[in-house]
Amino acid sequence: MPVMTYREALRTAMADEMERDESVLMLGEDIGVYGGTHIITDGLLERFGPKRVIDTPIAEGGFTGAAIGMAMCGLRPIVEMMTWNFSFQAADQIIQNAAKLRYFSGGQTSVPMVIRGPNGGGVQLSAQHTHSLEGFYGHFPGLKVVSPVTPADAKGMMLTAIRDPDPVIFLEAGALYGTKGDVPEGDETVPFGKARVAREGTDVTLIAYGRQVNLLLRVADHLAENEKVEAEVIDLRSIRPFDADAIVESVRKTHRAVVVQEQWRWFSVASEVAAIIQEQAFDDLDAPVERVSGAEVPAPYARNLETAAFPSEEQIVSAVRRALYREG
Amino acid sequence: MPTVIMPKMGDGMDEGTLLRWLKEVGQDVTEGEPIAEIETDKVSIEIEATEGGVFTKMLVGEGDTVPVGTPIATIGEEAATGAADEATSAEPAAAEAAPADAEAATTTNGREPAKREEAAVARAAPAEATQSAAAPVSQPPTADDAKSEQQEGAAPAAGSGERLRASPLVKRLAAEHGIDLQGVAGSGPGGRIVKDDISHLLTGASPAAAAPAAEPAAEAPADAAPTRPAAAPAAGSTRPPGTPRELSRIRRSTGRRMAESKRNAPHFYVTSEVDMAPAAAFREQVNSQVTDDASKVSFNDLIVKACALALRDFPNLNTSYEDDRLIDHPSIDINVAVAIEGGLIAPFIPNADEKSLGTIARMAKDLIGRARNGGLTPEEFQGGTLTVSNLGMYDVEEFIGVINPPQAAILAVGSIKETPVVANGKIVVGQRMNITLSADHRVSDGAEVARCLQAIKHFLENPMLLALS
Repeated sequence: MPVMTYREALRTAMADEMERDESVLMLGEDIGVYGGTHIITDGLLERFGPKRVIDTPIAEGGFTGAAIGMAMCGLRPIVEMMTWNFSFQAADQIIQNAAKLRYFSGGQTSVPMVIRGPNGGGVQLSAQHTHSLEGFYGHFPGLKVVSPVTPADAKGMMLTAIRDPDPVIFLEAGALYGTKGDVPEGDETVPFGKARVAREGTDVTLIAYGRQVNLLLRVADHLAENEKVEAEVIDLRSIRPFDADAIVESVRKTHRAVVVQEQWRWFSVASEVAAIIQEQAFDDLDAPVERVSGAEVPAPYARNLETAAFPSEEQIVSAVRRALYREG
Repeated sequence: MPTVIMPKMGDGMDEGTLLRWLKEVGQDVTEGEPIAEIETDKVSIEIEATEGGVFTKMLVGEGDTVPVGTPIATIGEEAATGAADEATSAEPAAAEAAPADAEAATTTNGREPAKREEAAVARAAPAEATQSAAAPVSQPPTADDAKSEQQEGAAPAAGSGERLRASPLVKRLAAEHGIDLQGVAGSGPGGRIVKDDISHLLTGASPAAAAPAAEPAAEAPADAAPTRPAAAPAAGSTRPPGTPRELSRIRRSTGRRMAESKRNAPHFYVTSEVDMAPAAAFREQVNSQVTDDASKVSFNDLIVKACALALRDFPNLNTSYEDDRLIDHPSIDINVAVAIEGGLIAPFIPNADEKSLGTIARMAKDLIGRARNGGLTPEEFQGGTLTVSNLGMYDVEEFIGVINPPQAAILAVGSIKETPVVANGKIVVGQRMNITLSADHRVSDGAEVARCLQAIKHFLENPMLLALS
């Protein structure tokens, strides 16, 4: 199995689909001549030409709306948001049009498009350029929201996203673009709505998605070494649709859950996960579900403050200890 | 009006079952007169009226199990026998819910009790309500508390004025395994009972796996309506489903204690063969000169005395392991395991090392007889420092016993066998018996237990010492 970076995995998936299906095209700021601000689309302009790799003006509302129109007419556009922070400019198009046209038309039209880009923080871009929007977009019926963490899932879920008949919010972990991993060759899709057990364990279920999954794996190793606690780590991967069964099955085994996210606590994915656990696994809980989230402040710029504002290993270990009644 | 409560008949008793009433409502009772028969984990006992008067009301029905401290009846003065009392007492079953509700009615300060019928019961018994609320043993729970505890199948225990706090998992496991959460100390926030607090009470086997072995359904009486659905046959099996059979209290109690022992006490076993020919001759000699049957000495009496004398030299085995400490017992009390209907009970002979063989023989016969008739009092079987379990009458070579917690050891006695032995260069017929000490490795080690076993053997092979010491 070839090893590639998260970045290469995304590029491979998109290029393969553009080879396979000529209705697939992409548009966004600096994706062509410049090769993409994050070098995701490097070389694709040369391969597929300017009609399928379209450099746009700095006008997210405009090019997202244009892509929605293309999708309604039978194309499969992939829109790059230079970062998801700029999607606020296009939120009206995404929420009011892309999410609702299938419903409004009684199924006569659908919007098969992918909107992708880096989500979340950790690279000192300060408050206006640091948002984790999975809770925000996950709120709206009509959108699908995914957040892969491994290069394999980045490729497999991108293939699924491009082929999906509905608009997909594809949240990439910007801090992960350079991480490497095994990526299956060929047409290996990863379905939506299926969580991944990233590590098996028996004592507590740790739940996250995106780059927090890697943090949880480090925490799980620490717990096994120092606390004799075998943590199960679940990577949600898909925020909407959502794999409630995987979580419930794991909590039935461990009786405890800690949900970790970079985004703010209120009205967040972790809130939803905690609610689902108490609805579907109430009688299996031995302790309240713990949540570890970002600090309730706009993301700080200073390195030390930014680090303090996001979930840390110490905070998660502490939450696990609370769930195990080892700490008050 | 005096209230009769479910009495606590020993440290281990949390609840009791009212077997039957011995008095009817309206009858006069005198102080000390038995009014009901109750059953605890181990025995059936009559409970007596603490004051004289008229038996005015039954608060629980026959067959009901209630926590210690729960009012079960009221005794009033003759004039107090009102129409209201009679109206409710005519239906003891309906009055079952009365205690908690009656208490609730006195404390809810205008809050509506949950159900109208319950309110009616509470109103019908205002005097009792006041009485029980004033009684020091029961802090009145609120209506909500009573409800939630009833849902858990656990009525409020004496002294518990707070809502039972337990994690959802613990509540489910308690219901599945029949664990009474009252009295379990919770280690979580605010005293919440969490899984770790009850894990020692769980058998480890799933409830389904712990169900009694299936009997062929055809053998069950055709009209026997099972109280729970019959166990489902295994997938793909064409065999008829088994019939679940509820465990008796004594079976459950035995099972719980033995499982606790095997789980907590690391057992090890030491076996030795004893020449019982001298003991047999000694016993024959003694018994031939005893005229009353009660004083005739059994082999088991000799073994009890031998154990008691041996323990004098091995005080470390006359202990209990509790909370990482050893409790040294001031006296040597030897329990005798007795098979009774549906289970096992082990009354003990206190200070057995100081008692003569005749006294031991008389006491043992009395205890064993009453154990089989259900007439033991808790003081007679709750305690003891070492247990003798004798299966000699059943033709067993040898066996090993499970330690009777919290004791340190148990002696398992096999049959006395006639067997060829070499004596003075000739093969002769000997009488040999195997004995096995099971000991708690937290308390002792093999060498000490082996030496103790040798001491027991020495006393049995030199039985005059049993009479001398």
